[in-house]
Amino acid sequence: MRIANVLRLGVKELWGLARDPLMLVLIVYSFTISIYTASKAIPETLNNAVLSIVDEDHSPLSARIATSFYPPYFVVPRLISPGEMDSRMDAGLDTFALDIPPNFQRDLLAERTPTIQLNVDATRMTQAFNGAGYIQIIVTDEIAKFIDRYRGVTAPPVELTLRARFNQELNKAWFGSINNVISAITMLSIVLTGAALIREREHGTIEHLLVMPVTPFEIMLSKIWSMGLVVFVASAFSLICVVQGLLSVPVQGSVALFLLGAALQIFATTCMGIFLATAAGSMPQFGLLLMLFLLPLQMLSGATTPRESMPEIIQNIMLAAPNTHFVILAQSVLFRGAGLDIVWPQLLALIFIGSILFYFSLQRFRQFLR
Amino acid sequence: MNAPVVRLEAVGLSYGKTQALKAVTLDIPSGRMVGLIGPDGVGKSSLLSLIAGARSVQKGRVEVLGGDIANATHRRLTCPRIAYMPQGLGKNLYPTLSVFENVDFFGRLFGLGPHERRRRITELLESTGLAPFTDRPAGKLSGGMKQKLGLCCALIHDPDLLILDEPTTGVDPLSRRQFWELIDGIRTDRAGMSVIVATAYMEEAARFDWLAAMDGGRLLDTGTPDELLTRTGAATLDAAFVALLPEERRRGHKNVVMPPRAPDAADAIAIEAEHLTMRFGDFTAVDDVSFRIGRGEIFGFLGSNGCGKTTTMKMLTGLLPASAGVARLFGREVDPHDIEVRRRVGYMSQAFSLYSELTVRQNLDLHARLFAMPPEAIPSRIDDLVGRFGLADVMDALPDALPLGIRQRLSLAVALIHSPDILILDEPTSGVDPVARDGFWQILSDLSRQENVTIFVSTHFMNEAELCDRISLMHAGKVLISDTPAAIVEKRSAATLEEAFVAYLEDAIKQVGPASPPVPPPAASAAKIEEAHAPQGGTRQFLNFRRMFAYSRREALELRRDPIRATLAMVGSVILMFVIGYGMNMDIENLTFAVLDRDDTTVSRDYALQLAGSRYFTEKAPITDYADLDRRMRNGELSLAIEIPPGFGRDVARGRKVEIGAWIDGAQPSRAETVRSYVQGVHQTWLNQKSRELRGKGAAVGSFDLAVRFRYNPGIESLVAMVPAVIPLLLLMIPAMLAALSVVREKELGSIINFYVTPVTRLEFLIGKQLPYVVLGMLNFLMLAAFAVFIFRVPFTGSFLAFASAAFLYIVIATSMGLVISSFMKSQIAAIFGTALITLLPATQYSGMVDPVSSLQGFGAFIGQIYPTTYFVTISRGTFSKALEFADLTNAFLALLIAVPVLLGLGAMLLKKQAS
Repeated sequence: MRIANVLRLGVKELWGLARDPLMLVLIVYSFTISIYTASKAIPETLNNAVLSIVDEDHSPLSARIATSFYPPYFVVPRLISPGEMDSRMDAGLDTFALDIPPNFQRDLLAERTPTIQLNVDATRMTQAFNGAGYIQIIVTDEIAKFIDRYRGVTAPPVELTLRARFNQELNKAWFGSINNVISAITMLSIVLTGAALIREREHGTIEHLLVMPVTPFEIMLSKIWSMGLVVFVASAFSLICVVQGLLSVPVQGSVALFLLGAALQIFATTCMGIFLATAAGSMPQFGLLLMLFLLPLQMLSGATTPRESMPEIIQNIMLAAPNTHFVILAQSVLFRGAGLDIVWPQLLALIFIGSILFYFSLQRFRQFLR
Repeated sequence: MNAPVVRLEAVGLSYGKTQALKAVTLDIPSGRMVGLIGPDGVGKSSLLSLIAGARSVQKGRVEVLGGDIANATHRRLTCPRIAYMPQGLGKNLYPTLSVFENVDFFGRLFGLGPHERRRRITELLESTGLAPFTDRPAGKLSGGMKQKLGLCCALIHDPDLLILDEPTTGVDPLSRRQFWELIDGIRTDRAGMSVIVATAYMEEAARFDWLAAMDGGRLLDTGTPDELLTRTGAATLDAAFVALLPEERRRGHKNVVMPPRAPDAADAIAIEAEHLTMRFGDFTAVDDVSFRIGRGEIFGFLGSNGCGKTTTMKMLTGLLPASAGVARLFGREVDPHDIEVRRRVGYMSQAFSLYSELTVRQNLDLHARLFAMPPEAIPSRIDDLVGRFGLADVMDALPDALPLGIRQRLSLAVALIHSPDILILDEPTSGVDPVARDGFWQILSDLSRQENVTIFVSTHFMNEAELCDRISLMHAGKVLISDTPAAIVEKRSAATLEEAFVAYLEDAIKQVGPASPPVPPPAASAAKIEEAHAPQGGTRQFLNFRRMFAYSRREALELRRDPIRATLAMVGSVILMFVIGYGMNMDIENLTFAVLDRDDTTVSRDYALQLAGSRYFTEKAPITDYADLDRRMRNGELSLAIEIPPGFGRDVARGRKVEIGAWIDGAQPSRAETVRSYVQGVHQTWLNQKSRELRGKGAAVGSFDLAVRFRYNPGIESLVAMVPAVIPLLLLMIPAMLAALSVVREKELGSIINFYVTPVTRLEFLIGKQLPYVVLGMLNFLMLAAFAVFIFRVPFTGSFLAFASAAFLYIVIATSMGLVISSFMKSQIAAIFGTALITLLPATQYSGMVDPVSSLQGFGAFIGQIYPTTYFVTISRGTFSKALEFADLTNAFLALLIAVPVLLGLGAMLLKKQAS
């Protein structure tokens, strides 16, 4: 292998990219505007949950409960009739409907243990759980205060003080923005290397290289470093300027350590891009394969939903994906301020996966050139 | 006959900064065979595409068949009378479709009825000799046959004006001869038909009625071949053309001087092939080829496209390992892994394959460095070559902006940069003008005679073949003859080399099997033609279903011929549904927690047990101190840490206020959120229990029940919530990707031209192409729905009819989105990237799949409200889990119904009916 060749060829790739303005626009878009809007769109904690209240009691207490829900957690609740409740939930207009039965206040004070009914649209999983929890607490709280004032009973003796570490306000935009950076890294590094390779073959330029004293290993390495560099610079820029700057997400740990992880992740995904390109015969097939890989990488890496709640088998399969380790690393380093002593297993895993992918794609690449 | 068929007035055309046509004014007489002569890149193709209406007129006026072609109405009325065959072998054909299907497709586009179509196709295939190959895919035809097929496609609708752009470039001499005989035959039958042909072969042009010579975007001269010859006083048209060129272009032109080879040079063998054979599957591309080439010899390789020339060259360079036989360079066997041999070989491939993104200087420099030349020697070597090839003026230009002749010189310069001993050149001069070609061959001559470089070259041009020391004629993978040009002519006692070759080719074809000789086409009765023209000529139809279905049929056929794509789409989506359905679990369980118990009494242990007993939590080893707590939370081992203060049990018993500390890992907020509500719930329950224990009945005042009913999904199973949301996601991405690529692919490969020059309207094109993908999408939908109900066991409670109708609308929307993207993307990469960007993010994040749309903020919320996936998710969940019918979903249906015409209209508006 000659380093000079690898450098030369890589610089050539960079020139090629520099002369494709549409591609540059797409890269800039996906690392700036796309991340910004996506992170701004994600609701912080429970946000604007739609709750309607059926007040059949019309007592001071029921009125008090009805007024205890307010933005940003809840949209100001609408008071509806019992008849409307079902149709509104069916149409997906409400996620929650709280039904306060007739004579609720009277029964409560008469120790008859009345029942409030909370209807939850359980097809909206994310809000269903948390929202129900919140509503329960708010209702309990309001009733407790009401009873307190009414009877002057002491507050519950044991108090639970909850503190969220690493992200006190549980601001989802923090984590969401990093997630979007990670998915942009994955998508771009696969597309840039893979599609560029197919295009080079379709245009016959790859053949030209092969009659020169250049080995497939050098060609592949040059593509990896050059496209990897582009993605790396873009992601570093995105992290520092968009995530830390514009979105002002406080980063606790070392940015350098995160970028080291990013470099390894990019190494693995660029190899994956080459592998997919060699596996696909044509651009349309590459496009489909891309979707087949991107979606699980994004959905199952632990970024969208927590890993521990996935079935065991999926958790194990996803251990083979670089994203899984990178997401763990990003969470630990950026939010929990973890150092090298804690994330070294993830770094090792990324190196290992990257090397395996590199080896396989080199094999495939050699056959592909035949 | 009198009015010119085409009138051009001061027509100009530029691509960016390059001016392709400069104020061309020309009247082309009708009813004649008109030749447009000149090398590649002088504007012939641009001119023809303007006349055909494939490209929009920028400057000047183009009148075709008595009307302005820039006028869309005139274009619509005349395009059934024009036939256009673009440049490039089979460029407007569909390689996976059979011969019959290709012609049939064009017949349908021009609105011919089934009987008429069948009759004409049979006639045309008979007369072109393609009848025996009706079922062969167009991609597997030889170059000559492809061009004949292209002609059939052009003639299917009996045009009055036939435009052929370099129809015989890259075709062997025999097929070329047959092709012109065919055209002559057609012209005798249809005397009124005008034919305009562009060609770079001057010997062909000699047989045309009238010629227009072009160079550098300008018209040089017009007239009959004889007029041109007498005017210039030249013996051949080649010479006449050179004489017509302006002074500065001719300067330095002289005929090639090829000194004879030194007699002793033949001793050393530079290239040697022994029984070289190459098989691709059961197809033998090169069959038992042997030759020996001496050092310093120029060895020519002739043959039609696809006869195995390029494959042989690739085996010599080591690009392709031979299936059998040996190739040797300087006595050393060619080994693809032998880097050293490559340093002695310079290779120039057929297509221009330098990097178009690098300037001329950068290209030369890159290649010099790749060949590991000493850095200090590079600048002088580059200067040397630049001087020799006359590239000094274009050093900082990008190759795409250069004329073909200069590009070819650059390619040769690049191939020579490392001073190789052997040059392998694959059709280096195709499309280069005579002057440049002579200059090119002079360089080759010098290299061979003065520097003793061995040159192995393939070509189509007979006058070039005559310059070679020895030539081989290849046909269908076999070498027919190999000798000096003079000896070959002598052996067949032919007048010219071309005649000798045609004779050899005819022999070879006879051996393989008698191909039916071309029969002149039977005269088509004029009445029938009128009949065929009548329906589409006058009336303007919004949608012509025949034309629309022609596109659908073709797309469906292509899809069927590429089973990998269809399978990938079907199987892929099912796999994705499995993965996401099982993997995206919203019931968060197995949350890890540990307790720092500073009290360690029964009460405190009871509290911890309460948490551990919940199905959501898994207890880990107790925490020893704050440092331990900090470490274990930092490395993500614990999602929740509980601290119970000293004296907890005692204080609880006395009713004193106690505080339990709980820390949640907030790094992943949605999980933290869940943990928080779980902990609070467990804490509340424990409190209630305790207070009942402690105070007995007294606690009943103020107690109430809060009955939570999880509706539609009482088990709160993730699958039930996720699967109905995953179906919309998959039905969006895959159809959109397929539809977008189907259009962009036509653009990249060139068959989009058929859309430009046939009567198809934009809407017919878009809907026609979309239909097969909608059908594929519906199949996909049925499969996904079946998997959801029978394999995942997600209960389906509502109206399936409503669900299926919504799915249909939604797939139409998804494919339309793909079409909209495709209308402004030029390359397939950009289309893939663009489709991924525009579908993946909005569908997964803004469409209510995870977070309800009502809870989104800012721009994301806006997208969520207009994005069609949002509405289909509502319908999907409604029909799956909420037992809903049509009537309950009116709003969502309305949204989908609005989206269809909006997107289709947008696609039609953005799609251009002409190249610009």
